[in-house]
Amino acid sequence: MNKIRINRLKDKGFSVLGMVSTLFGLILLGVLFGDIIIEGVQRINWDFLTNLPSRKPEKSGIFTAMMGSVWILLLTTIISFPIGVAAAVYLEEYATKGRLSRILEINISNLAGVPSIIYGLLGLEVFARLMGLGPSVLAGSLTLSLLILPIIIVATRESIKAVPSSIRDASFALGASKWQTTYFQVLPASFGGILTGVILALSRAVGEAAPLIVVGALAYVPFAPKTPMDEFSVMPIQIFNWISRPQHGFIVNASAAIIVLLVITFAMNGVAMYLRSRWQKRIKW
Amino acid sequence: MKNDLIILPSAQPSFFKSMGSDIINTKTSSNEPVIESEVITNNQEITSVKKSEKKEYQILVKNVNVFYSEFQALKDINMEVSPKSITAFIGPSGCGKSTFLRTLNRMNDYIDSFKIKGDIFINGKNIYNEKIILEQLRKDVGMVFQKPNPFPKSILENAIYGLRIQGIKDKSFLAERAEDSLKQVGLWDEVKDNLKKSALALSGGQQQRLCIARTLAVEPEIILMDEPTSALDPISTGRIEELIFELKKNYTIVIVTHNMQQASRISDNTAFFYLGELVEQGKTNDIFTNPKYKRTENYITGRFG
Repeated sequence: MNKIRINRLKDKGFSVLGMVSTLFGLILLGVLFGDIIIEGVQRINWDFLTNLPSRKPEKSGIFTAMMGSVWILLLTTIISFPIGVAAAVYLEEYATKGRLSRILEINISNLAGVPSIIYGLLGLEVFARLMGLGPSVLAGSLTLSLLILPIIIVATRESIKAVPSSIRDASFALGASKWQTTYFQVLPASFGGILTGVILALSRAVGEAAPLIVVGALAYVPFAPKTPMDEFSVMPIQIFNWISRPQHGFIVNASAAIIVLLVITFAMNGVAMYLRSRWQKRIKW
Repeated sequence: MKNDLIILPSAQPSFFKSMGSDIINTKTSSNEPVIESEVITNNQEITSVKKSEKKEYQILVKNVNVFYSEFQALKDINMEVSPKSITAFIGPSGCGKSTFLRTLNRMNDYIDSFKIKGDIFINGKNIYNEKIILEQLRKDVGMVFQKPNPFPKSILENAIYGLRIQGIKDKSFLAERAEDSLKQVGLWDEVKDNLKKSALALSGGQQQRLCIARTLAVEPEIILMDEPTSALDPISTGRIEELIFELKKNYTIVIVTHNMQQASRISDNTAFFYLGELVEQGKTNDIFTNPKYKRTENYITGRFG
């Protein structure tokens, strides 16, 4: 065999290997989905979505957990979005690039890798106990905000960085202040990317169970929260709770709840992808 | 651009430095001997320049040295620019001409390692004084960049951005000013029916004229242009050159260019920069027909750079 044929064979070999690697995760995920859908899809109906939890599997629904998740999502957005974007704008546009900003930068990237249970412990100590918020929606949202802030900051900084400096120059040269330049030029131009990052971060938050369990989100809450100070449960905790029960009916419930949760996260990711493509189309440098 | 600046001279700093100081010495003794040498020998009195001298020139530059961290990008620059004139800066890439241009409206302030020594007076006011309000300075000293950089907004929004940020909301006033400035750059007839269209849909030459219009809308006194035609085709370049010549009636213009013909066609005065030194300056005609220094002659005739 000559060299060229060996190289071509290697090429083929790698493409097969690459395809297997690509499909590895997808196939496993597909098997899991199939299993869950077969098990749970017949359980999804209006009653399942609107019923309160119950001791009988066929009577319980995910209403409280879903409303808990909605509350958590809303509050987490309200808290983390402005803080994260402001921090990113500061780091990118205002802070002098020196040793201090480099240290901050590295630490923020590190924070993104801290296990979520650690954030849970922090939330329990600071928000639930020290600030006296107890196991409330607000304490949970604050904890999750901490968890996703690094993700939002990193994503926002990346999209701010992508705005060409010629646009800033143009704005400054016309007499704009730093804030005007940021507000009128940099933020609008990077907003698609920022929004994408925020939504992806939130879709991670909506799937978190561990930190909320530590903060004290109860597995059994009879009613949906009405104020930020109410106790709450969220869908991942509800799923965990049902799966750990012995009756088969609860396993079916858990599968159905997983489907609902997946639909929500997929929808959020879809919105993020849509926004990204729309903004990219609007702005071409 | 910045990178060029840093890479070039650091190759052989000591060699160039000694060469540079030679140039300065010969220059001060032969070129405009009276005023220049006085200024240079009386280093201590530079900040107290006489009122009359400050007023006479729109831009007066006194012993300006610019550093990026350790690297000296500009060495002892002295210059006067009269009102309603066109001054061209020429010189090879990395010679500091763009850096110098950007010190005139303090656009280098955003570079963390940037440091300046010396004084620049615009209309008699030292612009590196702490009391100077940057936003006001930029309003008086507009700038047009190398690559057309319209905002990703409508043509109208581009034209009135400078007024918007001043807080002007009066719609009819804004529309009037937009029309005026677009007419001044000869863009009005081409875009008047599409003012709401994105500025990014315009051609390169149109974009650059829009950028000039946007600068004119805030009514500056001085317009700095950093190679405004280097990204454009010859026809667009011609239009911009005509426009610059037209603008001279009302504005003081300082233009950086790599195009020798452009400098000789449109400018009244020319300054030749080399490795951070201002080698030679004077009437454009003199510089191009009878340069005092070999280096200038070599550059102008295309033998280097």
